[in-house]
Amino acid sequence: MSEFEPKIITILCNWCTYGAADLAGVSRFQYPPNIRVIRVPCSGRVSPKMILSAFHNGADGIWISGCHPGDCHYITGNYYARRKFMLLKNFLEYNGIEQGRIHFSWISSAEGVKFAEVARDVVESVRKLGPAKYFIKKELDDNDLCSCLNKSNPDNNLAKNILEEQAA
Amino acid sequence: MSNNSVTGAVLVAGGGIGGIQAALDLANSGYYVYMVEKSPSIGGVMAQLDKTFPTNDCSMCIMSPKLVEVGRHINIELITLAEIKDVRGGQGSFEVDVFQKARYVDMTKCIACGACAEKCPKKVDDLYNAGLAKRKAIYVPYPQAVPLKYAIDADNCIRFTKGKCGNCEKTCPAGAINYNDKDKNLTLKVGSIILAPGFNTYNPSGKAIYNYDASKDVVTSIEFERYLSASGPNQGHVTRPSDNAHPHKIAWLQCVGSRDINTCGNGYCSSVCCMYAIKQAIIAKEHDPSLECTVFYMDMRTHGKGFESCYNEAKDKHGIKFVRCKVHSLFTQEEKINNQENLDIGSVEDKDAVEGKKSVEDSGEQSAKKSKKESKNKNIKQYQVLNYFDEESGKVVTDLYDIVVLSVGMEISPETKALAEKIGIGLTDSGFIKTSSFDPVATTKDGFYVCGAVQGTKDIPQSVVEAGGAAMRAGTALAAARNTLTKTTPERTEIDIKGERPRVGVFVCHCGSNIASIIDVAAVRDYAATLPYVEYVATNMYSCSQDAQDGIANIVKEKQLNRMIVAACSPRTHEPLFQETLLSAGINKYLFEMVNIRNHGSWVHKDYPLEATQKAKDLVRMAVAKSVQLEPLAEADLNIDQNVVVIGGGISGMTAAKSLADQGYKVNIIEQNTSLGGQAKNLYQTAGRAMIQEGLGNLTSQITSHENITVFTGAEIEDVEGFVGNFKTTISSCCDSSAASKCGCSSLNSDKDGATSGTNSKTIEHGVTIIATGASELKPTEYMYGKDKRIVTGIELDKMFINNDPALTAAKSAVFIQCVGSRELQRPYCSRICCSHSVISALHLKEKNPDMNIFILYRDIRTYGEKELLYKEAREKGIIFIRYDLANKPEVSVGDGKLNIKVIDHVLKMPIVIEADLLTLASAVVPYKDEKLAQFFKVPLNEDGFFVEAHVKLAPSDFATDGVFLCGLAHYPKPIDESIAQAQAAASSALRLLSKKTIKTQGTIAEVNQTICSGCGVCLSVCPYNAPSLRVSNQNEGRPKPHEGKAEINPVLCKGCGACVSSCRSGALKLKGFDDGQLLAMIESAMNF
Repeated sequence: MSEFEPKIITILCNWCTYGAADLAGVSRFQYPPNIRVIRVPCSGRVSPKMILSAFHNGADGIWISGCHPGDCHYITGNYYARRKFMLLKNFLEYNGIEQGRIHFSWISSAEGVKFAEVARDVVESVRKLGPAKYFIKKELDDNDLCSCLNKSNPDNNLAKNILEEQAA
Repeated sequence: MSNNSVTGAVLVAGGGIGGIQAALDLANSGYYVYMVEKSPSIGGVMAQLDKTFPTNDCSMCIMSPKLVEVGRHINIELITLAEIKDVRGGQGSFEVDVFQKARYVDMTKCIACGACAEKCPKKVDDLYNAGLAKRKAIYVPYPQAVPLKYAIDADNCIRFTKGKCGNCEKTCPAGAINYNDKDKNLTLKVGSIILAPGFNTYNPSGKAIYNYDASKDVVTSIEFERYLSASGPNQGHVTRPSDNAHPHKIAWLQCVGSRDINTCGNGYCSSVCCMYAIKQAIIAKEHDPSLECTVFYMDMRTHGKGFESCYNEAKDKHGIKFVRCKVHSLFTQEEKINNQENLDIGSVEDKDAVEGKKSVEDSGEQSAKKSKKESKNKNIKQYQVLNYFDEESGKVVTDLYDIVVLSVGMEISPETKALAEKIGIGLTDSGFIKTSSFDPVATTKDGFYVCGAVQGTKDIPQSVVEAGGAAMRAGTALAAARNTLTKTTPERTEIDIKGERPRVGVFVCHCGSNIASIIDVAAVRDYAATLPYVEYVATNMYSCSQDAQDGIANIVKEKQLNRMIVAACSPRTHEPLFQETLLSAGINKYLFEMVNIRNHGSWVHKDYPLEATQKAKDLVRMAVAKSVQLEPLAEADLNIDQNVVVIGGGISGMTAAKSLADQGYKVNIIEQNTSLGGQAKNLYQTAGRAMIQEGLGNLTSQITSHENITVFTGAEIEDVEGFVGNFKTTISSCCDSSAASKCGCSSLNSDKDGATSGTNSKTIEHGVTIIATGASELKPTEYMYGKDKRIVTGIELDKMFINNDPALTAAKSAVFIQCVGSRELQRPYCSRICCSHSVISALHLKEKNPDMNIFILYRDIRTYGEKELLYKEAREKGIIFIRYDLANKPEVSVGDGKLNIKVIDHVLKMPIVIEADLLTLASAVVPYKDEKLAQFFKVPLNEDGFFVEAHVKLAPSDFATDGVFLCGLAHYPKPIDESIAQAQAAASSALRLLSKKTIKTQGTIAEVNQTICSGCGVCLSVCPYNAPSLRVSNQNEGRPKPHEGKAEINPVLCKGCGACVSSCRSGALKLKGFDDGQLLAMIESAMNF
């Protein structure tokens, strides 16, 4: 495919949205194959570092979905999730991640149609943004190491510090 | 029949939510259960509902875990497509003849892939969708059905009706179709029988006044429920059925087939329709906020927990209109759209029509016909015309609606009535199964118990409560045979794989052609073989088939695999099966990981085979990355102390105590008053006309003479320690029942200072706790209460009845004022019992003095269920009902020794003054708001002060905190029969724990690394189950505990949600089976695509 195909990490709670995804399957509702699902007991289980890790490892988007507020299998888990995600989303968008890369939704296990719809929306919104540009892990190559330790580089504080330490 | 020969099995007739709950309670407490269901799968009406009131929870979401539990339960045998033909024998030893229709599909072979239904040419009305869509002649009733096995509807199948076709047999990849299947007659041996056949909805067809037959736009509430449902015929989009246009105005007509002896013989109230109409109106408005929703009602009956506030929100927040009027009839008006309008509206309609066509394309012929009819009548719009009396203007108003929903009531099916008559079970005049106030789940025939709507119209929580009660009563009768017929899973030894290098086996499933037709299964297998730690790969045609399971288990042993991955369908349905397979090969079941390449792969990417194959490879790689980090997890055993504490010695507490004591458990009742009985001590008669003092007296004497029950009166709880299975409750009490005769505890306790000298402290160890602390009657502060002895509360009136007070017979005129302290701003809930209580009290007064003038001043009369018949009787006997509203409350005055009540008559709209000799204030039921007790057992109170149950629908007698249960008025106001049923249900829940003696903790739970923990306590505040705590030194040990002040997780209480883990700032918590490392490994490895 010539067009850019986004890679989207999707984390679903076992009781509601994972069930909705199963129902979408049973009902044969089609959606694009760009998502990779990770099943967790509750959206409250998802910690901010998983979102960061997804971007860090090169995901173009992330989608987290749980039970509707009030429907949580664990009573209150999705409320914590909602609060945490909103904070993190604002923070990441402040730091350059575009709107439309991070998605949260609440889909009950009876909403197969909604699952397929949201999946399509998520994939399309990330597709429009193109590949992710921020928070991506870069491998250090030899050049990086050299420049890091290059004494002559006036901007290199690390090298300076090491040298000063050695001198002392 | 002697007690020794009772049969330890129970038959549950009906697989709705009531039957399901009863079956689970019994099967989990040592009895074998046969569940006989007439349709191909269980679930009943609840499975058809979109949402449940008052919280608008998704019905299927909360129900499906229960369905799956029943389907997989080793001690529940599902007998579907079956009905009871005859019953022989007596209590403890019945023989039941069951007729089971042929399914024509071999349940052991069917893999529910749906290939047969796809190829089946015959379309049939889909009853799950209330006939609004089509299914095939081979079908499962709904996608989440249990058992998830297809069935052939032989009445419609072309192979059976015409001898042709045979497509399904040709298509079925598993060879499951069996046209030679035969009907069967079974004989089941059981000790008790629970009847839970549920209800039918009233059919308005044939009644011209409802216009139901004439217009598609008049629908029943169950049809509308399906329209609202995302899994329904319109995928949740509400359109006007006649032309699929967007509706603007919807009306609900209440009491269709209920409270009606003219068009039908249903004099009773159906109890649930007011709430479901509110729910449907709210959901419809959420779909489209511009929608105008109007509910036409006689009395709004929102008498349950959380109902009144839902009603208030519907009015105030959602803008739903409520009009008090029983609409007489409706008819269709057709309107020709002129050209100009046609351009505007027509274009919108066209779009809608296209959408509509698209959405119903796969659901068949009928819809196709419908759209043909539409195109012919394109320029004609249908409206439903309602003429109603508007109270405010005093005029008859004509209004047009796009859709009219008939809020149809509940009826008992003729088959159920016939069966009841055949086996000699008494029915009420309305055709429900007869029970008594003090034994609300026992029928008139020994050994037969009942739950759900067949006992009287009711909602889901009340059905679930009765299911618990019925299970309790059915089980108690068979206590001698407990655990005699149940099966147990054999204990298996696990191979210790700790320290072994991971050896992963990957099994990729074809699922016939379900997966293999899209995904290149062999390529996925070969790819898996290249992944690190993968030792073995294979494909299976059907991984779930018995021979494939055996094969997998052998390979795991042979290749010494210590991790297993199956790439197939959903872990939600199949994980337990494969875990079992792994376990049979001696490997810990938590070393299994499932990859969903069917529901999340081949089925949803059918036009992208390459991408779907790539996705399958990625998902397998992610699973391998996780599985190498998996560890064997232990499920620890926890002993359950076999003693019980019941807090509260009223009717509920005593019933719960007696239920468990009868099953052989030692029960301690803690009562703060000096005697047992609670509020019932002052009550006269139940709505079922049972004498309460007599019933209470019997119960109290059974309690005090019961060898397994110890009563602590005048007792107070000082401290509670521990958790499920191991509570320690310290009480101060002056005596227990063994010494009661010798002890003057009542005199001691009446003097507060003196009490301390007589009290002694006692610590009780117990495994479960039942909270039955009750509630009390509000002392009114209005209507001159306390200023004149002729003004009494409802309970004070009952005392006068009990004492046969001459003032009652002497009174010439009596007035009742309803909603005193209820349904007001400061106390918004409805107290549920006062309407029925006032009506029956008025009837008693009439019996004492037929010439007495009696007036009941009310806001809505809420005589739900068959109590409606009392209301009818009261009106027939000349009791006058005058409605008032909150803005114009009655005024009470005393002048010249006369007691006058002024009220604005709702018909005359003029003030009238009634002179009364007796004024009864139907005062609210108020909870004790016992925060101390709530703290002790870590259970929540709601804003009104009632205890909050674990789940408003499906766990009304349980707390979210394990091992603590709830019943009676402490939960919500309720009459005696409902309190008793709930007490039995709470006891039944407790029995589920007690009968196991030990419980297993879950493997996938949180764990603290105390060396990293900072003791901040965030985990304590986020956990809804009180599983984390901070370690405290035991003073008696005289030395500090290691890691004092750091968190620890009680593995018994942890449910494994992981909220604490993701909230821990120090990273000290891990969730076994879903730990950070494992999930991050999946994220990391996901990205190589």
